[in-house]
Amino acid sequence: MSKLIAKEKDIVVPGEVLAEGMDNLPSMGTYREGDKILAGRLGMVHIDGRTIKLIPMSGKYNPKRGDVIICEVMDINFGGWRVNTNSAYSAMLSMRDGTSEFIQKGADLTQYFNLGEHIIAQVVNVTSQKLIDLTMKGPGLHKLTGGRIIEVSPYKVPRVIGKQGSMVSMIKRATNCQVVVGQNGLVWIHGKPEGELLVEQSIRKIEKESHLSGLTDAMQKFLEKETGVKLGTSAKVEPSAKLG
Amino acid sequence: MNKDLKNHIIELLKVNKRLDGRDLLEYRKPVNLEYGFTKTAEGSAKITLGDTEVLVGVKLEMGKPYPDREGEGTIMVGAELLPLSNPRFESGPPSIQAIELARVIDRGIRESGCLDFKKLCVKKGEQVWLVLIDIISLNDAGNLFDASSLAAYAALQNTVYPGFKDDVVDYKHKTDKHLELENVPLSVTVCKIGDYLIIDPTTEEEKAIDARLTVASLADGTLCAMQKGGESPLTQEDITKMIDIGIEKAKELRGVLKNG
Amino acid sequence: MGYKKRLNDRAFDEARPMVAKVGVIKKADGSAYFKFGNTWAYAAVYGPRNLYPKFLQNPSTGILRCNYNMMPFSSVGDRVRPGGSRRSKEISMVTKHALLPALNLEDFPNSVVDVYIELPETEAGSRTAGINAASMALADAGLIMKDLVASVSVGRVDDKLVVDLDYAEESYPDGPVADIPIAFMPGSGKISLLQMDGLVSKEQMKEVIEMGKKSCQEIYEIQKQALKDKYAKGGNNE
Repeated sequence: MSKLIAKEKDIVVPGEVLAEGMDNLPSMGTYREGDKILAGRLGMVHIDGRTIKLIPMSGKYNPKRGDVIICEVMDINFGGWRVNTNSAYSAMLSMRDGTSEFIQKGADLTQYFNLGEHIIAQVVNVTSQKLIDLTMKGPGLHKLTGGRIIEVSPYKVPRVIGKQGSMVSMIKRATNCQVVVGQNGLVWIHGKPEGELLVEQSIRKIEKESHLSGLTDAMQKFLEKETGVKLGTSAKVEPSAKLG
Repeated sequence: MNKDLKNHIIELLKVNKRLDGRDLLEYRKPVNLEYGFTKTAEGSAKITLGDTEVLVGVKLEMGKPYPDREGEGTIMVGAELLPLSNPRFESGPPSIQAIELARVIDRGIRESGCLDFKKLCVKKGEQVWLVLIDIISLNDAGNLFDASSLAAYAALQNTVYPGFKDDVVDYKHKTDKHLELENVPLSVTVCKIGDYLIIDPTTEEEKAIDARLTVASLADGTLCAMQKGGESPLTQEDITKMIDIGIEKAKELRGVLKNG
Repeated sequence: MGYKKRLNDRAFDEARPMVAKVGVIKKADGSAYFKFGNTWAYAAVYGPRNLYPKFLQNPSTGILRCNYNMMPFSSVGDRVRPGGSRRSKEISMVTKHALLPALNLEDFPNSVVDVYIELPETEAGSRTAGINAASMALADAGLIMKDLVASVSVGRVDDKLVVDLDYAEESYPDGPVADIPIAFMPGSGKISLLQMDGLVSKEQMKEVIEMGKKSCQEIYEIQKQALKDKYAKGGNNE
């Protein structure tokens, strides 16, 4: 006699009973104990047929192959640069993957990326021991100069970027700023001071209201009110959703 | 420190703006003081300054006076920068930042004369009250100096004497006699970034500071303590300006304290 | 004479008024506070993050580090000298063992999860308040946890068993007193913290555990609600 107790979009805590009986299957974030399926973390319930999984709403960024992220250079050694990925682990960017230029052996690597500087890199691989390989050879991957970096929850990144980049491109148009959103929650903003401030305020507003529906319209109204300029809907769509 | 970020901050200061849109001499909001957040201390206050949160508690202990100050009690100020409040702080004995914070707040209170140490004397040469002030950071979003100064004074305002009978201190039955205070001292830390002066820095701005001057003043503008920090020097003109700002802004902060 | 009515007018199986809030320290990866009456514990979680020195690293799993600390002004009596004591080190250790069984850190080899418990106000039951806060903070930090951990002190005062001893009961002068902090993982009913001092019979111990279990079930509901309250609003720190 099976019983599904949790509902779609329920927020559940570790140990909470989600289903009884053998009909349902545990998945990401849930586990089976005897004839019950329990929550294995804090998260939001998502039911897909018979499987019950939890969508995380908190926690550090979890690096995945292909993610484009913003990193800070923490250390430089002979082989390359050690960077902060805003996850549980730092990553190595080797000389070979750092740039397409030819680097002389023994060259001063700070000339390329120095301590405290930020770069846009792509995750090539994550091993089982959590060693992260990055590359900067590819379109849109480069050092960031000027501007400022703010941090958002990695779980809100999809909302900040929007469907096919629509949200972030609206913010860019309204504020006349360059904005790069890393999958790891770091966001680079560059433009005139008032514009940068408005970008940050917009992103904080998205973070706060991400669970509400009609967010795109609300953000459009907000930006129009702050800038005094009508935005309208743009037919233009960002080529790379990941870069935003 | 990231030169890029510092240059960026200076570019903003040129057009009179900061990273969070504030004016150069503007405190974050809200500035919120909660008196008596704990019943175990003889006095306590919790301050919220923007996102920075600091707890200050006061305990009174009965002790022997210093031999050269037989008729006076005294204060002792300690500060803990808890690792829980900022991942940059490490566990262990107080860092030099914590020590500096404690000593600067101590001098501000001690030199102002706001607390008459003679009134802390119970029996000359034998029994005096020691006022132990402990500053604990709960969330460090910048400007622990000013937050601590305000909360420390508020905690003193909140402080009552414990019971004292037959030479034994009774902490469980506190009296309703408050410490007698006058001359409210408050610290304002003025920071120099490039050629610009700001107050109430966030943790990001603190990384870009060249030098700072903490100015403790009384309500009538008399200075009672100062501390220059940071690795860069200051010009005489800088110092004059910073003192003026310190005195002016302290007046604003005083308004947050409860009266009487 | 017998302990007929509790000094604080509570029922024998009633804990002090409890308050729980999640997301109270912005800089932390996860945070919460928990109160039993006037005993108040903050907990902040940082991690998983890099662990140094390297010799502490474990290649098959992340490790958990707990630090319990009473603020200098938190005690009912004298000021508490900062820097910890043997008592606080022991409490840090049993707290870690209370929380660890609920966690799975295998996905984070060579890293550390740091839990800091700080108490601004203590009137008995501080380690149990700390565990309750830490458990919510760990969930808030998004860690893999098969259960929360709920904790309470069950006690003996003279001839009665009581839940959540307060300061006056701990120092009850007219009869024997025992203090038994317990922590449960409510889902499995397994016990991850058990300490005792005082005199209690074997039979009474069975009842002590039953009372602790029931009380921890109530605490779990409060922890659950505090977590849901934060995330129902989109998961933003106040």
